[in-house]
Amino acid sequence: MVDAASNKPARAAAEFAPVRQTAAAPSAASPYRLATGGIVDRSAPLLFSFDGRNYGGLRGDTLASALLANGVRLVGRSFKYHRPRGILAAGSEEPNALVELREGARREPNTRATVAELYEGLAAVSQNRWPSLWFDCMAVNSLFSPIIGAGFYYKTFMWPASFWEKLYEPMIRRAAGLGRAAGMPDPDTYEKAFAHCDVLVIGSGPAGLMAALAAGRAGARVILCDEDFEFGGRLLAECRDIDGRPCAQWAGSLLAELASLPEVRMLKRTTVFGAYDHGVYAAIERVADHLATPSPHMPRQRVWNIVAKRTVLAAGAIERPLVFGNNDRPGVMLGGAVRAYLNRFAVKPGTRAVVFANNDDAVATLLDLAAAGISVQACVDPRGADAGVVRAAAQRIGTRFVNGAVVRARGGHRLRAVDVSAVAEPWHKLTFPCDLLAMSGGWSPSVHLSSHLGGRPQWSDALAAFVPGPLPRGMSVAGAAAGEFGLAACLAGGAKAGAEAAGDCGFAAKPVAMPGIGPEPIGIAALWRVRAKRGKAFVDFQNDVTVSDIELAEREGFRAVEHLKRYTTLGMATDQGKTANVNGLAIMAELTEKTIPATGATRFRPPYTPVAIGALAGHHRRKDFKPTRLTPGHAWAQEQGAVFMETGLWLRAQYFPQPGDNSWLDACNREVTATRNAVGVCDVSTLGKIDLQGTDAGLFLDRLYANAMSSLPVGRARYGLMLREDGFVLDDGTVSRLAEDHFFVTTTTANAARVMQHMDFCHQVLWPDLDVQFVSVSDQWAQYSLAGPKAREVLQKLVDGQHDISNTAFPYMAAGEVTVGGGVPARLFRISFSGELAYEISVPARFGDAVIRAVVAAGAPLGIRPYGLEALSVMRIEKGHVGGAEINGQTTARDLGLERMVSSKKDFIGRVMAGRPALLAPDRPAFVGFKSVGDGAIGAGAHFLPVGAEPSARNDEGHVTSVAYSPTLGHLVGLGLLKGGSKRLGEKMRAYDPLRGRDTLIEVCSPVFYDPEGARLRA
Amino acid sequence: MVLPSSHSRAGAVADLRYSILSLVAQSFRGNTAWRPVWREPEPKPAYDVVIVGGGGHGLSTAYYLAKEHGIGSIAVVEKSWIGSGNVGRNTTVIRSNYLDHANIPFYEWSLKLWEGLEQDINYNAMVSQRGVLMLYHSDAQRDALARRGNAMRLNGVDAELLDRDAVRRLVPILDFDNARFPIHGGLLQPRGGTVRHDAVAWGYARAADSRGVDIIQNCEVTGITVENGRAVAVETTRGKLHARKIGLACAGNSSRVAALAGLRLPIESHVLQAYVSEGIKPLVPNVITFGAGHFYISQSDKGGLIFGGDIDGYNSYAQRGSTPMIEDVMEGGVSLIPTLSRLRMLRSWGGIMDMSMDGSPIIDKTPIEGLYLNAGWCIGGFKATPAAGWCFAHTIARDAPHELNAAFRLDRFAAGHLIDERGAGAQPNLQ
Ligand SMILES: Cc1cc2nc3c(=O)[nH]c(=O)nc-3n(C[C@H](O)[C@H](O)[C@H](O)COP(=O)(O)OP(=O)(O)OC[C@H]3O[C@@H](n4cnc5c(N)ncnc54)[C@H](O)[C@@H]3O)c2cc1C
Repeated sequence: MVDAASNKPARAAAEFAPVRQTAAAPSAASPYRLATGGIVDRSAPLLFSFDGRNYGGLRGDTLASALLANGVRLVGRSFKYHRPRGILAAGSEEPNALVELREGARREPNTRATVAELYEGLAAVSQNRWPSLWFDCMAVNSLFSPIIGAGFYYKTFMWPASFWEKLYEPMIRRAAGLGRAAGMPDPDTYEKAFAHCDVLVIGSGPAGLMAALAAGRAGARVILCDEDFEFGGRLLAECRDIDGRPCAQWAGSLLAELASLPEVRMLKRTTVFGAYDHGVYAAIERVADHLATPSPHMPRQRVWNIVAKRTVLAAGAIERPLVFGNNDRPGVMLGGAVRAYLNRFAVKPGTRAVVFANNDDAVATLLDLAAAGISVQACVDPRGADAGVVRAAAQRIGTRFVNGAVVRARGGHRLRAVDVSAVAEPWHKLTFPCDLLAMSGGWSPSVHLSSHLGGRPQWSDALAAFVPGPLPRGMSVAGAAAGEFGLAACLAGGAKAGAEAAGDCGFAAKPVAMPGIGPEPIGIAALWRVRAKRGKAFVDFQNDVTVSDIELAEREGFRAVEHLKRYTTLGMATDQGKTANVNGLAIMAELTEKTIPATGATRFRPPYTPVAIGALAGHHRRKDFKPTRLTPGHAWAQEQGAVFMETGLWLRAQYFPQPGDNSWLDACNREVTATRNAVGVCDVSTLGKIDLQGTDAGLFLDRLYANAMSSLPVGRARYGLMLREDGFVLDDGTVSRLAEDHFFVTTTTANAARVMQHMDFCHQVLWPDLDVQFVSVSDQWAQYSLAGPKAREVLQKLVDGQHDISNTAFPYMAAGEVTVGGGVPARLFRISFSGELAYEISVPARFGDAVIRAVVAAGAPLGIRPYGLEALSVMRIEKGHVGGAEINGQTTARDLGLERMVSSKKDFIGRVMAGRPALLAPDRPAFVGFKSVGDGAIGAGAHFLPVGAEPSARNDEGHVTSVAYSPTLGHLVGLGLLKGGSKRLGEKMRAYDPLRGRDTLIEVCSPVFYDPEGARLRA
Repeated sequence: MVLPSSHSRAGAVADLRYSILSLVAQSFRGNTAWRPVWREPEPKPAYDVVIVGGGGHGLSTAYYLAKEHGIGSIAVVEKSWIGSGNVGRNTTVIRSNYLDHANIPFYEWSLKLWEGLEQDINYNAMVSQRGVLMLYHSDAQRDALARRGNAMRLNGVDAELLDRDAVRRLVPILDFDNARFPIHGGLLQPRGGTVRHDAVAWGYARAADSRGVDIIQNCEVTGITVENGRAVAVETTRGKLHARKIGLACAGNSSRVAALAGLRLPIESHVLQAYVSEGIKPLVPNVITFGAGHFYISQSDKGGLIFGGDIDGYNSYAQRGSTPMIEDVMEGGVSLIPTLSRLRMLRSWGGIMDMSMDGSPIIDKTPIEGLYLNAGWCIGGFKATPAAGWCFAHTIARDAPHELNAAFRLDRFAAGHLIDERGAGAQPNLQ
């Protein structure tokens, strides 16, 4: 057994070995369960397993309380030294008891046993140990702790340099980390929800309940959230009377009233984890984590975005551990947690106890322990005269009171005794055998959400705690979270905050009577560490940060609170230092002999407790990551056996394979050839489409496009080029004039949204005075391109007879409204991307499917073929049109050989900046075509190098943007951006592509490979 | 006024050399001989060079000024604690997989400096070259990455184009079967990786301090004194510091600090968030960038998954973000790596990015004599820390840029010599 501090671990093991349950009789024999009391359901026994053993628990248990009920004390191992660890707390602040919950694809590493609600069949295993929890080889690390203290890794592992990745780092990585990811896709689903309210109340302890009640009675829309699976907060864990009734009962009747108020919404199992600007709070609701698996159609968790006019933070307080030697032994527990296990879960966390506290909280712990029949060996308090009430309570239950401190815990896997040093006789060490130490270093208000927006908590000497500082707008704080530690103060503070919050929202407060409560002591004298050098004294349990680490940080100058955190990793563990931060800071203050406020205050960051990444993603995963946009002709294309590809959010037909094809290239070649020789049809519905109307529409377009649009006659279309403000090309497309004050614009598929955004910006911000209205109609119109020498013939069969679409009546670049198929409204544009005689026909989306079928039926006798994106792209390269690879945001109109489109007669966006000297430099890469010399392969992304030049950045002359095999020409054709551009026609260059091991000779030529005179598209 | 021309070495204290031997030796003496990693000197009235900003860039600049240029009296003034800005908030990715020939050699030099950093400054910043993989999900993306990878190769930088199967062998946990945007392959830079960010600030601070640099924390610059077109002093919350030369390295606050000297910078400030998960056993072997959403991820040596996405998109000096971007990033994450779903986000935070008008930085002199500027790092200045300091030091010491930062000029926006990797244009919220 490797455990430095335990001399007789074997005996301890035998004494405290967990009681094994048989499947047949699960809960009856839970040896540490009290016969009465608590809010667990003794009629609902549940079977669960931990590390492969079966145990019994009750409905209402957490995994932690159920383990304690079965006498399981050793639950985990620490991060660095692999120290045996038990259960410290009873809530979400737990640093030690982390387990892997569930199995297979549902495995959740690092789950705190203290918040895992027990369900039938729950399976958990311990983590970060090998080979077993009881015997963990990595515990040898403890022996090296003087060497591997805070930040040791910054000082070593440097030699030789190459060993870092090969040896040191893999070793460290394997040892580090806590639990294991499932490694499989998550079978569960998640949801996002939005809510608006007047008053958001965070926390349902005495303050939160009163706040919700006061605001709810006033009529405000209230949302009450609590992270627990029962409302009531500390009222569930304490043995107090309110109005003469046990406090849990009193809470019950209050909850019943809240439930009856129609404007009050109560969300339990819901942690408000972040405060954001403008009154937005994010919360996570664990909808189905208390079930083995979610019911059908039930999300596992739901993320809420709650927009609240006012917020009452009533998140309570977190108890601080005391810092002394071996204070991490299983069995050392927070006093408040001890009471929670006794009073709420009816579980005895031990059989022989010692109480150690620096504050009056010990009174309740002493009395509750005694009431549960646990013998209390001693009550240790460092305070002298101030500890009067504690001394009296100890006397009352017949326990010895020692004015002193616990200096060391003994035991290994289990607490066996504590060594106490009394103030009166410091030389004389007292030892008290025990298996439970209930400690309390005082309470820290849960100020986290108050500081998410940057407000620093402020130190209160009287309370020995940080209280909220400047608050987010709309937030108030009540109860223990505000440093009001007494129950009466919590109730009053909550009621006041709730009434005020409702009042701020315009709801007149209704009276809320204050219940009667007995007095209670809340005295405290700060004790940040017990100064005795015996055993490791832990400050951050999970990250194994000890007092020596903080001393080292101080010595090395890491004294600012953030340096302390980052250097020692204090507060960086999965509990975010909930139990550690204040102690660590205070110890640093002691060491530097500064006050705590002068040392600093930690700023908290969201989330309050860790949140499942999947919950934040909601439904947006796998195929639903982003919406899938389908064109109206999609079903038809599917029937044709199209292979689809993602283009932005769209699925587009890439090509239409046929039996016997060897590859996509066969299909592509066939489609190109059919189009060039007869006729092809392509679904271009994905183009961005914008409809503009208004008397200033032409002027508006003049300012947006580099070329003039107001001069466009009605019934004509024009190719348009749009620049960004900085003079680079934004997009190209077509503009058609359907009437004097009515234009129809198409954009590229890729830039549809961007162009619309740009237009909106220009209209709303730059020229709101222009009379122009526009709307995106991309989804409203299905659009098909009909291309090829027989395109008109096909079209004539479809367009209703009254429309003359002959070459003279409807020439190249004509545009107009027609009807097809006997009255279906359509828009016809004689524009061509392919270089053939071509039309684009646009019909309302609901006719899209019918029209594509009609087109194909009409074209069948003429040999029509559908073509996909591959063929489209081959034809545009053959024709030398620029596409997305050339309009890449880095090219100007000049670069693309489009300067003739840029008007010099008018002003437009981008004109001035396009004239910057460097953009006019003659050696900028410019648009060229090239063809292969020989038969080497070429890929887009290859760079142009002079023949014979050494491959280097200096010799880089540009790059290949697009390449295709041209079935029309029988060789590779390509486009690129080359320094000097069209001045270099005929030169031989290399397309250099070391990534793919290619280096191919090419010849620079005009980018227009096909029909340079444009005779075909005018035919 | 007499400026001291050389600096009397103020007994730097971090003189204990770091090694496994010193660790072991110290452990026997109760670890009591360790000394502050840097001193806490009082500011002096005058220095040769004052660097404003104790982030990675400010500290490395001071170090290289002392080491490479032998400048004797240097102060780094930091308004808070050193490393409180972006150097301690970033996602620690280092790489030189750039596209533009103005960028690649600079970032490659940075990578080379990273490779020798630990031996140079005797501080283990955990430079971990475990590879940076940029995924592509379409032919167009593949072509763009091929262009980039070839540009890297032309500069002598390592780059490999992987197909889908090779990516799958490398990172089997990605979604290869159900993805909305299937992975087609990736561009891998094997020498890219991560560095422990805080250690970079501390390591440079220690190395600079041991060469006599005064690192002055909690000292905010509130004014820059300009006399006859020349910057002569900084006013701070701890008094006035005269200087022959003043270098600004204030990252997200660059515009505000430059404004103290009357300069208006082509920079907007935006918030970028980052996230870390709870610690888990090794899952993500390298740095992975999703090509179909705003998401990238790596795993720290401690086990936490560190990931991020895009800037929130609005101008801000608040070091915090909002929920829409958080959700966007998580959606990308779960879509790329399905098993992230049940892991938990532990912490999120934001830093202020100095977004320039073309996405590339500025290391240059300014129109004010004696005032030098290092700014405009956008979302990617951490990887530049060594080279930025090295080049900035050169620019300050020699009064002229080094060849490596010659393109990072302040006046390039007016002239049109843009270095726009993304092709997003002068719209910082898209860069
Ligand atoms: C979330 C996030 C993720 C990132 N991820 C990466 C990444 O993966 N890879 C990468 O390469 N880069 C990344 N970056 C960018 C990178 O962090 C920054 O570009 C870089 O750190 C900036 O340089 P710096 O270290 O000098 O800045 P900083 O550390 O911000 O230093 C500037 C310093 O100036 C100080 N200062 C400001 N005003 C004054 C004043 N008036 N007086 C005195 N001092 C002042 C500040 O307090 C601050 O300490 C990321 C950034 C963020 C926020």
